[in-house]
Amino acid sequence: MLGRTAQGLFWMSRYLERTENTARLIDAGFRMSLIRSVATDEDWDGVLQSAGVRELYGERPVTSTEALDFLLRDKSNPSSIINCMEYGRNNARMVRTALTRESWETINESWLEIRQLLAKRVTHATVVDVIEAIKRRTALMRGTFSGTQLRDELYNFAMLGSFTERADNTARILDVKYYVLLPSLLHVGTSMDNFHWQSILRSVSAHRSYSWVYEGDYKPANIAHFLILNRRMPRSLAFCYETLNSNLAHLARDYGGQIAAHDTAARTRNMLLTTSTDAIMDRGLHEFLEDFMQLNDKLATEITDGYRFYR
Amino acid sequence: MLLALQRTLVSNVFIKTGNGDLAFDEMINVDGSPREPYRKYFEWYNEQEPGYLTGKARDAENIFRKTGITFAVYGHEDAAEKIIPFDLIPRIISGSEWRKLAQGIEQRVLALNAFLEDIYHKQEIIRAGRIPRELIEKNSAFLPQMIGMKPPGGVYTHIIGTDIVRTGEDQFYVLEDNARTPSGVSYMLEDRETMMQMFPELFHRVRVRPVEDYPKQLRKSLDHLAPPGCKGKPRVAVLTPGIFNSAFYEHAFLADQMGAELVEGSDLRVMNGKVCMRTTLGYEPVDVLYRRVDDDFLDPLTFRPDSALGIAGIMDVYRAGNITIANAPGTGISDDKAIYSYMPEIVEFYTGRKAILENVPTWRCSEPGSLRYVLDNLPDLVVKEVHGSGGYGMLVGPTSTKKEIADFAEKLKAKPGNYIAQPTLSLSTVPIMVKKGIAPRHVDLRPYVLVSDKVHIIPGGLTRVALKEGSLVVNSSQGGGTKDTWVLED
Repeated sequence: MLGRTAQGLFWMSRYLERTENTARLIDAGFRMSLIRSVATDEDWDGVLQSAGVRELYGERPVTSTEALDFLLRDKSNPSSIINCMEYGRNNARMVRTALTRESWETINESWLEIRQLLAKRVTHATVVDVIEAIKRRTALMRGTFSGTQLRDELYNFAMLGSFTERADNTARILDVKYYVLLPSLLHVGTSMDNFHWQSILRSVSAHRSYSWVYEGDYKPANIAHFLILNRRMPRSLAFCYETLNSNLAHLARDYGGQIAAHDTAARTRNMLLTTSTDAIMDRGLHEFLEDFMQLNDKLATEITDGYRFYR
Repeated sequence: MLLALQRTLVSNVFIKTGNGDLAFDEMINVDGSPREPYRKYFEWYNEQEPGYLTGKARDAENIFRKTGITFAVYGHEDAAEKIIPFDLIPRIISGSEWRKLAQGIEQRVLALNAFLEDIYHKQEIIRAGRIPRELIEKNSAFLPQMIGMKPPGGVYTHIIGTDIVRTGEDQFYVLEDNARTPSGVSYMLEDRETMMQMFPELFHRVRVRPVEDYPKQLRKSLDHLAPPGCKGKPRVAVLTPGIFNSAFYEHAFLADQMGAELVEGSDLRVMNGKVCMRTTLGYEPVDVLYRRVDDDFLDPLTFRPDSALGIAGIMDVYRAGNITIANAPGTGISDDKAIYSYMPEIVEFYTGRKAILENVPTWRCSEPGSLRYVLDNLPDLVVKEVHGSGGYGMLVGPTSTKKEIADFAEKLKAKPGNYIAQPTLSLSTVPIMVKKGIAPRHVDLRPYVLVSDKVHIIPGGLTRVALKEGSLVVNSSQGGGTKDTWVLED
């Protein structure tokens, strides 16, 4: 298969994953602003940071209306939903000979629908419906892809894109909110804490499953464990690295050899398997996450070079 | 009910031409009865509920949009992808009409290939005084790099789209030969696919010759012309300028259907005397390149140095006989509009027989006598740029304003050699669906031809239809649509 096809599948999946992640961040941000008795625009600052676009947003004041528009429809924001969807769809179009007809048509239709939904500014009255529709679309795209594509190298490259993006996203959300997770004398057990924790869990669609696993109590150590080390949580770093490793292993088998990425992915996974929340907290959550994101970027670069995406 | 429908048909069905005559309608006779090839379809049509077909037309548009069967219009506002409008009423050609056309087309493509062989080698046709030397050698479509070069299998133009128009029961004319990179074949295939999906019962009633195996035939003919050194199954790739090209959909479609790789210039590189593509495991050689980029962009070392679409050094590999390029570089000289006017001579020179298919009478504005005639008769003529395509930069006299004609006359006088002129043909019509029933619109026909060791003509082709009432311009970039084209099994 062409290196450029691998590149197209990788980025198609990354952008479609990012579409969903941005939608979920907006969703969580919006819900939080409803729960607060006094809506503060600081919350939206956090949402912009979690999406990794705070700097791009610029110096202008952060208001819910402007932040919402920036995250949903701003063409100057490469992670806005409209852009992610467009880049994802353009990559899909470039590799459409590698996609099943169902996969391609679902992506194409989703792009048409989402573009339509975002043709005008989204108001506070309609934002919930719009986000719901986007989430339905991303679920449909993932489902169709998973239900119809052969489990061959094409699939592996798509998965590598999805899960490097997802790992990055989860790590970033934690990093933005890490100060909340640090045991703080002042806030422990207050409603303020609960509020932030809920917001973190909602941003990864995990507030229900958290309470199944940890039986209700919001505890910083549990939340860190859930999002970093729990191997059954589909957005945790450990889960992402299980998936990345297994897809890389398939490629190594098909191609009869490994590249540098195999080593990086295996080492990161082993680290996640052997460490503990205590060890992470002792060392510093922020430092841990920074290291992790660097390793994750390194992995993406090694996949790009090793499988000749561009050269 | 039946009577009412027929009445709408009759009152709407003929278009008056410039001189007051009725245009030839391929479906309905002047007395309101269906022409023979359409008889069974006409019966079926009259049995349908009025709203049924309108609903189906919407379904068809949804299918096209969902599938992303689109093209881009250059210079259009949002440069977005458009859908080529598809009309549900098929264009039907009888078996015997088709046989005559097919013979004429075969003769013509054989002549085109012989002509190309000749002008890049001995140039006998020039020496025989049948074509002026400067017309060839001063033509930008003539590639000196191809002189003395014999492409694998001796085939220059592998894939041809011959544009044909009809003006009466037995009058067919070739309007244009597309011997470079004819497009549109994916629409032919999707139109048929859509029709079969929507009206399966119709295909039981009317026996239509299939077109579905075009991609397989294309693959076969490309395989057949692989370089002599190629062992095993040839590796075929389709070279596209990329997703922003207006015909990208078609490039992807054909690669997919042929089981070929879809490559861009950046995927290819010349290594060890072969053209190789970058795979996830390293570089692997390509044997046959079906290129959908123009000559100019093919090799920055040989042609345009600023081309980012091509492959540096591919012409050296080609000259060494290590890759097949389809169509061969330099084929543009055979479908040039100035050469077109010589096609009757060309066909006769190489096949020894009169051309079966007629040319449209053509005035070469480079000749002073012709220029004078053209300038005096602009309101009645169609004037085209010699190197133009896509319906851009042309004048359709009868539908132009006085000012448009006057402006065009200035351009013509400034550079007469750039133009040819033809009479405004009264193109045949086929009805399309409109808000109230059906109405006639002008059509042309582009059959697709594959040349390897034999000539393979797909029965039918792409019917393009001018959707605007009275318009003679069928190009998709100018508001044209398409119809499924049926050749009957009879």
